[in-house]
Amino acid sequence: MTTTPATGTPGAGAPAIETRDLHKRFGSTRALDGLDLTVAEGEVAGFLGPNGAGKSTAIRVLLGLLSPTSGSARLLGGDPWTDAVALHRRLAYVPGDVTLWPNLTGGEAIDFLTRLRGTPDARRKRELLEAFELDPTKKAGTYSKGNRQKVALVAAFATEVPLLILDEPTSGLDPLMEAVFTERVREAAANGTSVLLSSHILSEVEKVCDTVTIIRSGRAVESGTLDELRHLTRSSVTAVVEGDPTSVARLDGVHDLVTADDPEGTRLTFDVDNAAMGATLTELSRLGVHSFSAAPPSLEELFLRHYGDDVSDDGTPAGDGRPGGRHAAEASGAGAR
Amino acid sequence: MSAAVATPSGTRAAPRGGSTLTGTGALVRFVLRRDRVRLAVWAGSMVAFYAYFTFALDTVFADEAAQQGRAAIMETPSGIVMGGPGYGLDHYTTGVAMANEGITWVVLALAIFSVLHMVRHTRAEEETGRSELVRAAVVGRHAPAVAALTTLVVAQAVIAVLSAFAMVAVGDLAVVDSLAMTVGSALSAVVFGAVALVACQVFAAGRAAVGASLAVFGAAFVVRAAGDMRETGGSALSWFSPIAWAQQMRAFVDLRWWPALLSVVALVVLVVVASALASRRDFGGGLVAGRPGRADARASLRSPFALAWLQQRGALLWSCLGLGLLWFASGTLLPEVGSMIGDLVAENPAIAQVFGTDGTELSVAFVALMILYAALCCAGYAVVMAQRPKAEETSGRAEVVFSHPVSRYRWLGAQVLVAGLGTAVLLAVSVYATWLGAVAVGWDDQTFGDYTTVVWTYLPALAVFLGLVVALYGWVPRLTGLAWALLAYTFVIGMFGGLFDLPDWAFRLSPFDWVPAAFSGEFSAGDVAVLWGAAVVLGVLGFVGFRRRDLVTG
Repeated sequence: MTTTPATGTPGAGAPAIETRDLHKRFGSTRALDGLDLTVAEGEVAGFLGPNGAGKSTAIRVLLGLLSPTSGSARLLGGDPWTDAVALHRRLAYVPGDVTLWPNLTGGEAIDFLTRLRGTPDARRKRELLEAFELDPTKKAGTYSKGNRQKVALVAAFATEVPLLILDEPTSGLDPLMEAVFTERVREAAANGTSVLLSSHILSEVEKVCDTVTIIRSGRAVESGTLDELRHLTRSSVTAVVEGDPTSVARLDGVHDLVTADDPEGTRLTFDVDNAAMGATLTELSRLGVHSFSAAPPSLEELFLRHYGDDVSDDGTPAGDGRPGGRHAAEASGAGAR
Repeated sequence: MSAAVATPSGTRAAPRGGSTLTGTGALVRFVLRRDRVRLAVWAGSMVAFYAYFTFALDTVFADEAAQQGRAAIMETPSGIVMGGPGYGLDHYTTGVAMANEGITWVVLALAIFSVLHMVRHTRAEEETGRSELVRAAVVGRHAPAVAALTTLVVAQAVIAVLSAFAMVAVGDLAVVDSLAMTVGSALSAVVFGAVALVACQVFAAGRAAVGASLAVFGAAFVVRAAGDMRETGGSALSWFSPIAWAQQMRAFVDLRWWPALLSVVALVVLVVVASALASRRDFGGGLVAGRPGRADARASLRSPFALAWLQQRGALLWSCLGLGLLWFASGTLLPEVGSMIGDLVAENPAIAQVFGTDGTELSVAFVALMILYAALCCAGYAVVMAQRPKAEETSGRAEVVFSHPVSRYRWLGAQVLVAGLGTAVLLAVSVYATWLGAVAVGWDDQTFGDYTTVVWTYLPALAVFLGLVVALYGWVPRLTGLAWALLAYTFVIGMFGGLFDLPDWAFRLSPFDWVPAAFSGEFSAGDVAVLWGAAVVLGVLGFVGFRRRDLVTG
């Protein structure tokens, strides 16, 4: 049995997860429509998308619960459907909506699940119960959603495995517990565990992930490291200049320019493609800059670009607890046109 | 805030027009909408039960001799426990028998319905957190409970009226007496619903509330039986049981309405108590804190089999206890029933077709019929338990297990094995309980060995039911309920097959037709092999299908 992560696994060096052109159809619905997803060994990969984008379907294919309609999926060098049992010895999974056996206590459920995987470590279980502040003596039927989630998290972190698959694992957790969760994921990653973390909460992914794949309508629309993705995006700039700013609006790569009078001259707010940043700076300094600020894009912005409508309908990423400066800028920009 | 403070008196303007009952009307409509199928099925089943019971009594016990034979049974201790206080035994017509024997069982069914309905719409809603959404809206604190009770009373009233109509239509019984019986039973059942409402305030867990309420019913059952055992027509003790309040209306004998008032009074008292308790507790809390359970699982809980056993053992225990007592009591009735059947057959050719005409075989045929009933109950248990994997799967619990190193075969195998073993145990308990009851009253025409033969000859037929559910589950999990159709068919063929002129294959479709008739049938190794073969093929088919298909996930 393999309990040491990332060693002695067949196909070591191969990606922990790799899907190519993965399709899954339910009747006429295409839940997955050519998904490419790669999680390198030892990497913490974010899997972002709005509800219904196909995140859970992809994960269930990876777990061998669903068989793909076409395309390939590899997990730790094995086939998720035919090698399910062998593969599951080396991974732990936390679903987004945990249901438990109502007549078992939380502690019993944790023991049962960890024993299925191997020999549980009682000390580790105690330590995790304490960290997540979970009372294991209550019947699972009386647990809140957050507490059911904790049961699954404790069971998943209780054994050391080479791969963690987490499907929106923090839904129902309060911010304090989210912090505990983040810490545990970092710890696992430091030990060489590969992690696939699906979420529609950007800050969660930003905190722990090395790479991000964004999925929409069953296919990956972007993927790369956080830095790579930021290259694709625009920075938001606020500047006060003395001269006539119309020349800035004419520059390629400048979007949504809004001007306003300012005691010092003219206040400009706009978005600029990072590729056009140099030219923009040149032009601004020619106009005489009084003040200047540029903010790097947050993942929220990646989201807004990809699913502008979905997100505002759903409201989840916007309700992430951050000041909505960027949204306001976008909104006012749109309004100004 | 500041605007509110600015009133002259210095008091804040309190929101007006709200009471603890606000929103009840909307919730009533919501319950009816949500439960329309559930309520319809309960109502339909109850009315069908009334109609069937009336029809059976009316046709089988058509003349006075037969009726008095039945009355003689109802005078025995077992007859009193399973029947009623014994009003009108000297002139035991269909209506009298309905009221004397039927009420206990009708109230049992309706009480279970009441308890489940009340817990489902009050405590269970709080437990799942759904009612948090509802209560956050413009809805008073007591509104969900009152809505649940209102819908319960409406449902019970509809069932009572329709059932009375069924009795009148099928058995041509007196309208007022029929109505008295059904309304009295419904009121008695509503009392148990109110008990559940109180239990919901006391216990934080819905399951505990259901358990406590059914325990109260159990106590009421025992009190009524013990009270009625003391003297015909019931003693003072009987009156402590809500079941007696329906029986003491003496429908079809010497009707009086006032005992129904006891149910109404009890209902009001219980509702007041529940309301007082409800005001004292927090949302989601109970007066009795849930007992803390084990922090660590027993060492034995380490496999899908152990989990399946843990999930099914409660149902198995209660089925064994309930059915075991039922068949034991039935066994003790054998001597009386044997002689009664003899009289019946002599006068009713239809019954002769069911039991045969040979006097010596008659009693044997009757025991065999009881065994058939017992086996049908076991088949029902098999169908219910074999559908457990489906509940595990659709709830998402199977998904968690399957993310661990557990194969589809191992998981389904564990579930089916526990269901199968449970069915076998229940069959053995039922059959040997009948034997024990019979032996206890000196009826020893059939030996222990004869009963043992019955157990293992019926086993493969029950396995076919299990196999059918597994096969359906493996390929079309939506249709596992079809196994109930086979069970219904088996029942009809087993009970009435002889009355119709059916082709041979129609009999052979029933798994029980391949089982030699208990105590008399010719044993055929070929038939047994066919049954085992069918069960195994169906089971294997199901496993193959389950390995191939997608898991149904939320």
